[in-house]
Amino acid sequence: MLGYTIRRLLATIPVIGMVALFVFSLLYLTPGDPAAVIAGDIATVEDIERIRQNLGLDQPFLTRFWVWAAAVLQGDLGISIFTNLPVTQLIGQRVGPTLSLALCTLLVAVLVAVPMGVIAAWKAGRILDRLVMLFSVAGFSMPVFVLAYVLIYLFAIDLDWLPVQGYTPLRDGFWPWLSHLILPSIALGTIYIALIARITRAAMLEVLAQDYVRTAHAKGLAPSAVLMGHALKNAAVPIVTIIGIGVALLISGVVVTESVFAIPGIGRLTVDAILRRDYPIIQGVILLFSTVYVLVNLAVDLSYRFFDPRIQY
Amino acid sequence: MAAVAPSLGTSAPVSRSPTWLRIKEAMRRHPTAIIGAVVLVLLILMAVLAPYLGTVDPQAISPVRRLRKPSEAYWFGTDMLGRDVYSRVLFGARVSLAVGLSVAVLATTIGLAIGLITGFVRWLDAVVMRVMDGLMSIPGVLLAIALMALTKASLENVIIAITVTEVPRVVRLIRGLVLALREQAYVDAAIASGTRTPRILVRHILPNTIAPLLVQGTYICASAMLTEAILSFLGAGTPLNIPSWGNIMAEGRSLFQLANYLIFFPGIFLSLAVLSVNLLGDGMRDALDPRLARNM
Repeated sequence: MLGYTIRRLLATIPVIGMVALFVFSLLYLTPGDPAAVIAGDIATVEDIERIRQNLGLDQPFLTRFWVWAAAVLQGDLGISIFTNLPVTQLIGQRVGPTLSLALCTLLVAVLVAVPMGVIAAWKAGRILDRLVMLFSVAGFSMPVFVLAYVLIYLFAIDLDWLPVQGYTPLRDGFWPWLSHLILPSIALGTIYIALIARITRAAMLEVLAQDYVRTAHAKGLAPSAVLMGHALKNAAVPIVTIIGIGVALLISGVVVTESVFAIPGIGRLTVDAILRRDYPIIQGVILLFSTVYVLVNLAVDLSYRFFDPRIQY
Repeated sequence: MAAVAPSLGTSAPVSRSPTWLRIKEAMRRHPTAIIGAVVLVLLILMAVLAPYLGTVDPQAISPVRRLRKPSEAYWFGTDMLGRDVYSRVLFGARVSLAVGLSVAVLATTIGLAIGLITGFVRWLDAVVMRVMDGLMSIPGVLLAIALMALTKASLENVIIAITVTEVPRVVRLIRGLVLALREQAYVDAAIASGTRTPRILVRHILPNTIAPLLVQGTYICASAMLTEAILSFLGAGTPLNIPSWGNIMAEGRSLFQLANYLIFFPGIFLSLAVLSVNLLGDGMRDALDPRLARNM
């Protein structure tokens, strides 16, 4: 197990290295002069030259890549063009809100989606199942920001139950913190819930058709005991797999959600960086989020053994 | 276990009846797919016929008439520059559908080409798949954002950026299919009888990739429409002089409490468009991959 973990951990290095190489070489691969594009239409020649130097575009590609990669390995993601502050510092200041939002959403999504999928599979073909499937298709088709505005309109403006937008840190009290996260988590979580519920249902249907489930029913176990004890446990591997894969949706959605709800997190930082074409920040955020994504999926792989002891590494 | 994977299975599809017959049969069993198809056709008609559906110039500014609420004169109201939102939404359908369709065609074509080659040329396979793994570890919207930050805003660049994020998924699908198909006896037979690789690819492998590609292409179309709207909404998408649903909503966001119809009308159309394509995709998947269809 330990050997396998180490081997898998090492295997993520080339993947993350590929991501790094890619976000870095984008500067060179895109047509035109990136320094001029980033500087915008009203930039002076000096501005463009300053950006060119900041990005190291005046140096050869490989030289620059090694300097950059060595710095990244030491936790230095470069300097923001617009604010002149280190990207690591800018990201560090904004980890809290993003982590709160992501974890809250993950928790809500899993707690809602898995029971939904289980019930749908249990009542396969009935009205409850149809409703879950309908929600699943609809949830997958509604853009996160449209849903966000519908929720704001209903629960924050019309009913006035929850704040419209903003963020309060946890140290200022639990309810103020949570109340600002409820709507964003639902908006961000819906597509994720749709995905997980659908896969849970499919995995459960597969398991429910097995002989040992029939045996469990036959020996008089309560349906809930069969569903939870026998079926869900054996359907766990595909479910945790999709939870891991779905984190990509979560990350993409965080950028949009934070922007709609004015949450001062990494997503908001990214959007501000887009508007100013502050490429070092975008580069740093992509590197960070992709690393998180790869590591989450590694953790998912390693968790298979916990859910299914038959799996040998 | 393979049956529950989110993407299509890798085993060779067994085809007995012609593809279109199976599509017809599945459509009968899946009325939602028909609803999807009908809504999609209506949206396409709406986009094509936009100039003849009682619209005015979607870019015509009229400061006197700004922020009018939806009424008989302005069905969807007017925005902060006095432009008619109904006309903008109808013309916006062109952008969404064009992006969805172009990305679907480009991504499946490029993905198919790369997938076929890497599935058959072993030494290339390792290299290409490492690159694809790297690309796939970058969440799609972020990758598109990075590409858009470095290029001038234009509709072509939006299409290219979204295509780049979608290609790896197609490559992986096709490569999986090719690897499974080349184990088939008839491919062995073709190789044994001296058929050249290009001919095997075209004659024996390619026809079997059409069905899964069609399904994947539909889902890519839906996902591309969403991504375009997100990019435009965030200010990294379609340039502002082209009315797209994402742009209309981006311009309406600061006025949301005052004029929520600026978000809701384009939002409803966007959701409807994506939903109809997704329903169509589900129906086609059920038709073309019966093994997977039972459970999904």
